[in-house]
Amino acid sequence: MRIHERRGWASAVFLLATSLLLAPAYAVLPQEMLKNPALEARARVLSEELRCLVCQNQSIDDSEAPLAADLRVLLRQRLSAGDTDRQVLDFLAARYGEFILLRPRLNWHTALLWAAPPGVLLIGAVIAGIGYRRRRHAVPAPLTEAEEQAVRRLLSNDSPDIKES
Amino acid sequence: MIAELGHFALVLAFGVALIQSTAPFFGARRDDARLMATATPAALTQFLLVGLSFAALVHAYIVSDFSLLNVVENSHSSKPLLYKITGVWGNHEGSMLLWVLILALFGALVAAFGTNLPDRLKALVLAVQGWISAAFLLFILTTSNPFARIDPPPLEGQDLNPVLQDIGLAIHPPLLYLGYVGCSIAFAFAVAALIEGRIDAAWARWARPWTLAAWMFLTVGIAMGSYWAYYELGWGGFWFWDPVENASLMPWMAATALLHSAVVMEKRDALKIWTVLLAILAFSLSLVGTFLVRSGVLTSVHAFASDPTRGIFILAILCVFIGGALTLFAMRAGTLAPGGVFAPISREGALVLNNIFISAALATVVIGTLYPLALQALTGTVISVGAPFFNLTFVPLVAPLLFLVPFGPLLAWKRGDLKAATERLMLAFGLAIAGAIVAAALGGMTSALALFGVWLGVWLIAGALSELAARIRLGGVPLGDSLRRAAGLPRSAFGTTLAHAGVGVTVLGVVVATTWSSEAIRSMKPGDSVDLSGYTVTLDGYARSAEENFDETRVQFSVRQGGALVATMTPTKRTFAERQATTTEVALKTTAFSQLYISLGDIAADGTTTVRLYWKPLVTLIWLGAVIMALGGLLSLSDRRLRVGAPRPARPRTNAVPAE
Repeated sequence: MRIHERRGWASAVFLLATSLLLAPAYAVLPQEMLKNPALEARARVLSEELRCLVCQNQSIDDSEAPLAADLRVLLRQRLSAGDTDRQVLDFLAARYGEFILLRPRLNWHTALLWAAPPGVLLIGAVIAGIGYRRRRHAVPAPLTEAEEQAVRRLLSNDSPDIKES
Repeated sequence: MIAELGHFALVLAFGVALIQSTAPFFGARRDDARLMATATPAALTQFLLVGLSFAALVHAYIVSDFSLLNVVENSHSSKPLLYKITGVWGNHEGSMLLWVLILALFGALVAAFGTNLPDRLKALVLAVQGWISAAFLLFILTTSNPFARIDPPPLEGQDLNPVLQDIGLAIHPPLLYLGYVGCSIAFAFAVAALIEGRIDAAWARWARPWTLAAWMFLTVGIAMGSYWAYYELGWGGFWFWDPVENASLMPWMAATALLHSAVVMEKRDALKIWTVLLAILAFSLSLVGTFLVRSGVLTSVHAFASDPTRGIFILAILCVFIGGALTLFAMRAGTLAPGGVFAPISREGALVLNNIFISAALATVVIGTLYPLALQALTGTVISVGAPFFNLTFVPLVAPLLFLVPFGPLLAWKRGDLKAATERLMLAFGLAIAGAIVAAALGGMTSALALFGVWLGVWLIAGALSELAARIRLGGVPLGDSLRRAAGLPRSAFGTTLAHAGVGVTVLGVVVATTWSSEAIRSMKPGDSVDLSGYTVTLDGYARSAEENFDETRVQFSVRQGGALVATMTPTKRTFAERQATTTEVALKTTAFSQLYISLGDIAADGTTTVRLYWKPLVTLIWLGAVIMALGGLLSLSDRRLRVGAPRPARPRTNAVPAE
C-alpha cells in the first residue's frame, strides 16, 4: 500500500468554479519536461534509477514528493548541461550518498550482492552434479538369500506364474 | 462486553493450542491412540475460539465501538459498511488475528478432512500446527492485542487510510494470508515426517494438496495486489520490487519449486532432500515476510507501524521455528534413503534443473531484499537495491528456465528422449516465431529482447498445448479417439497444461505492456484534446459531489477513435476530510486485453489539470495469466488421485455364492 496522505498541509476549500486543490502531483509534470525529446527520454530512464529520498521506496519518476520534483529538475539541468548518464548519476550520488542509486554500484560493499545470482546458480549446478555422480556410482545393497532365490527362479523361466514370488 | 468475550476466547484458544501442541506429540511418541486422538478436537476447538474472537472484533468495527483502541485508530463511523469490515485487517493487530484465524482454519481442515492420513502423521502435523498457533497467539496477546481498550473513548475514530478503502485491498490480504499460512501445513508435514523418521512417496502424495492450495492462493493474492497497485497508484506500474512485494514473491517461488519437487518424490521417491528443505523454506520465507513487514526494519509503503518489541518477538519466533526445523533436518538427514536413479536427460532431471533455477532466482530476491538491511547493520553503509538490480539479475535467471518448461512434461521419467521431445515442440517453436513477427509488425521493431520475450510467452502457451496434444495423440489417431483419450486423462494433466500456459500468458502480458505502451502527459483545460495510439481524448468538464466520507471531483473525458465516440471516461480525485488525504481513482477502458488508462494530477485554480494518459497493450494478460495458473492448480487439486489415502482392509463379503 502506498500512503498518499500528506499530514500537516492545509486542505483546500471546495468551491465549484475556482478551487485550488493541493493534491499530490504525480511525477514528471508537463512543465518539467525538457523540450529535446532525446534528452527527455534519457531523463525518464535515469529517473527510474534514482530513489526518492524522503519517500518509502519509490523512484523519483514515480513519486509526488517536492524533493522528488527538485531532483527531477536537477537531473534535467545536468543533462541539458551536457553530462553523460554516468556523470549525472555520479554527481547525484556524490551529493546525496549511494542511497539514492536504486541500482547499487559494483564495489567491495556490494560484491556479494552482485555475485549472488550467478553464484547460487553455479553452486546449485555443482551440487546437482555431485549428487548425480554419487548416485551413478552408488552400489545397490546386496540381495538377501530369499531375494537371490527369487531372482534365479524368475530368470530361469521355470515357473511362469510370477505372482508366487 | 463482546470485546471482552473475544479477548477471553483468544486466551482460551492459546490454552487449547498448548494442549494441541503437546498431547498429540506425546501420543505419537508413545503410540498412544487416545492422546493422538486429542489432536482433532483440539484443532477444531481452536478454530472455533479464534473464529469467535475474530467475530467479536468484526462486530466492534461494524458498530464502531470506539472504546477499543484498534477501532479508534482505524475506523470511522461514516465509513461504508464494506470498508468497516475490511478495515479489520487493514492494520497490524487485526491482520495478525486474521493470520491466526487462517492458521486455525487450516488446522481444522487437516483435522476434519485428513482422514486419509495415518494416525501418527496426522497427530504430529496437528501438533506442529499447534506450536505455530501457540507462538503467534502468545505474540498477539502480549504485544498486539486488538481488544485493548481506550479510556475515555473518543467520539470518533481516525478513519482508515483512504488508500485502503478499496475492494482490491479488501480481498488482497485474506488471499495472501491463505497462501502464507497454507505453507505452514507443508512445513508441519515436513517437520512431522522428520520427527517420525519416515519420508516417502506416500508423504509427498498427502502433502501435495495442501501445498497446492497454498500456492493457488498466493498466486491469486499476489496478482490481486499487483492489479490493485496498477489501478490505484496512478502510473500503471504493476510490480515495483518493493521489499514487501518481494516478501510475498519469495514464498510463492519456494512453493512452486516445492510443488514440482513433490511430484518427483511422489512418482519416483527421489529428490527427498530438496522437497523437505523446500517445505521448510517456504514457510520460513512466509515468517521472514511477516517479520519484515511488521518489525519496522524496512522502508516500504507496505510496512505497518513499527514497534521494536514486536520485531524482536517475531524474530524470536523465526529463529525457533526455522532453526528448530533445520536442526531436526540435520539430525534426520541420514534416514532419508536415496531414491530412484535417473539419467540427467529425464523428467526428474528437468525438475532438478527447475529446482536449481528457481532456487537461484529465489536467492537473488532474498539477497536483494535483505542485503541493504544486513549491510547497514554490519557496516553502517546505506545502499539501495531497487528495481534496476532485480530486473538485471532476476530476468536472466528466469528466462532460461521458462525456455526449458515445455520440454519437461514431454520427457519420460528415468530416461527421457530429448530428440523426440524436441520434434514434438517444433510446431510450438514455429508458432512462437510467428507470434514474435506479428508483434514486430504491429508494434514496430524495438529491442531484440522484447521480441524474445514475446517469443517466450507464445512458446510457453504453445508448448503446454503441444504436450497435451501429444498425450491424446492429436493428429496421429482419429479425432474421436483423441477426444476419448482427453476425457480419460487425469485432471492433473489439464492442470499442468493450464498452469504452464498461464505462465506464458503472464510473460506475454508483461513483455508487451512494458515494451509497447505509450504515454502522454499534458496540462489540459476543458476542450483540449490529446492523441494517443489512434485515440483522441478530449477533456469535457468537471463535476463535484459529496459522498459518505469524502468529497469527489470528477473529470469527464470523451474518447474518440476515427472521429466516432467510443467511450466516456471519468477519473476522479477524492478528498477525505478526516485524514486530510486525497486519493486519485483512475479511469480504465478495456478493449480486448488492452487498456486505455487516464490518471489525474494537479487540478489548478484556472481549471487546468495535469493528465497522464497511457495506452497499455495486452496488460490485462498479466493478471489473467495468474488466474489461469490458479485455475490449473484448482484442476489439479480436484484430481481424484490426490484423495487416495492409506489402504483399508477390504470388507469381507457376507453372502458369498459358491461357484457353480
